[in-house]
Amino acid sequence: MLQEPFSTGNSQIHRLDPRFKMVLATVYAFVVALSNSFPALIAALIFSFALIGLCRLGFLEVAKRIALVNGFIVFLWVVVPLTYDGQSIYYLGPFGVSREGVLVSARITLKSNAILLAFIALIASSTVATLGSALSRLKIPAKIIYLLLLNYRYIFVMEEEYRRLLRSASIRGFRPASNLHTYKTYAYLIGILFVKASDRAERVYNAMLCRGFAGKFYSLHEFSFSRLDLIWLVVMTIVIIGLEILEWVKIA
Amino acid sequence: MGENSVIIQLENIDFSYAGGKPVLDDLCFTLEEGAKLGIIGHNGSGKTTMLHIIMGLLKPSSGTIRAFGKPIETKKDFLDVRRKIGFLFQDADDQLFCPTVLEDIAFGPLNLGKSPTEARKMAMETLERLNLKGFEERVTHKLSGGEKKLVALATVLVMEPKALLLDEPTTGLDEDTNIRIITLLNSLDIGYIIVSHEYDFLARTTRDIYSVQNGQIVYDGDSSALHSHYHRHLMGKFRHRHETLSSQI
Repeated sequence: MLQEPFSTGNSQIHRLDPRFKMVLATVYAFVVALSNSFPALIAALIFSFALIGLCRLGFLEVAKRIALVNGFIVFLWVVVPLTYDGQSIYYLGPFGVSREGVLVSARITLKSNAILLAFIALIASSTVATLGSALSRLKIPAKIIYLLLLNYRYIFVMEEEYRRLLRSASIRGFRPASNLHTYKTYAYLIGILFVKASDRAERVYNAMLCRGFAGKFYSLHEFSFSRLDLIWLVVMTIVIIGLEILEWVKIA
Repeated sequence: MGENSVIIQLENIDFSYAGGKPVLDDLCFTLEEGAKLGIIGHNGSGKTTMLHIIMGLLKPSSGTIRAFGKPIETKKDFLDVRRKIGFLFQDADDQLFCPTVLEDIAFGPLNLGKSPTEARKMAMETLERLNLKGFEERVTHKLSGGEKKLVALATVLVMEPKALLLDEPTTGLDEDTNIRIITLLNSLDIGYIIVSHEYDFLARTTRDIYSVQNGQIVYDGDSSALHSHYHRHLMGKFRHRHETLSSQI
């Protein structure tokens, strides 16, 4: 089951206005993603680590999440340096490792880790529920927000239903193999899951109607922009300007 | 408050699902204010269908529905009925769709036009009333089955309904939760209809018990005169009374 281990703390960052954190995270992500100079990217990575530190999140939990993403990045390191056009700096048999390929891989590694860490610090430090309300305050259309929230709510129910179906198949001796029977069984399972999902959607909607739902969603949360938010606005502005300077000014 | 003011009245309701045989056939039924009724019947007998018709979730092929003395016809009429009659669904997972308990309970009051502050206050009061204090920030999908059911009941009660409809409220619950629900229902001063196939549960929560047979509602009797012990027998054909026992009591 999906947990929200990062949302429970009480650090400075946890206490920031979630609307503000979302805007900050988005702006920061764009700035980092569009940067190319190594000094800027390394500085961003250090800053992202600092954010995690300020959140006082469990080191092991953060490491697990980071490891997941870096699993993909390992593939990148295997493929890109060998296939990227450019000056070869090393030969592995017939394949040349290109200098440009290594640089591209390094940039992607730095960028993705910096952005991911910042998102863990700024976004995962709020619950999905809070993020939903924050998005609605940011004037994101209600339908999109409820798509997010209902997905989050029912993904577990669907998972449980899928497991139940799979269990009932396996106690009747179903062993997946690479044959038509297996493909057909999986197709049935997925088909039934869709049917159940649509049935449930109807029941949930009916239950909402019974509680007076008339097409409009209301939010219970009230947010306030505090002094702490103002301080962080200044901090983040300075950091972003700093990153831009590192990006555009050639260091001799 | 008139003892006999009618909350819901169904007159000559017919209903069948597309392509199926009639589920409800010329059904007539009345719920008076404060009345606590049980409806028993086997699977597929149309118990749930009847509740859905009252809430306007299903449309009967013929017949009249009256609520609070007025015939209910348009969508707007049903909107009004849904604000006054609480409906507890069989599966609490269908009812609880918000991420947190507090938001789920506040959903109804917000729909009724209450301000966020008022809705929050009402939700907290309802939680306290149901001995669920401390649940407000819990995540709904992580609750146990019994907790989900109690929270679902809270989401309905917070709207201060004039009557409740409960669809199989005890399915899959443990004895502890069962007893909590029974105690709670008995303490309510509003009337309700409980649909169930558990005779024992109905006997402990309702006064009059009806059954659905051949698409119609049949009065079975006073729940205290009917038995309330642990055994099962086919409904209808083998119904029996414990004459000596009831005369002893």
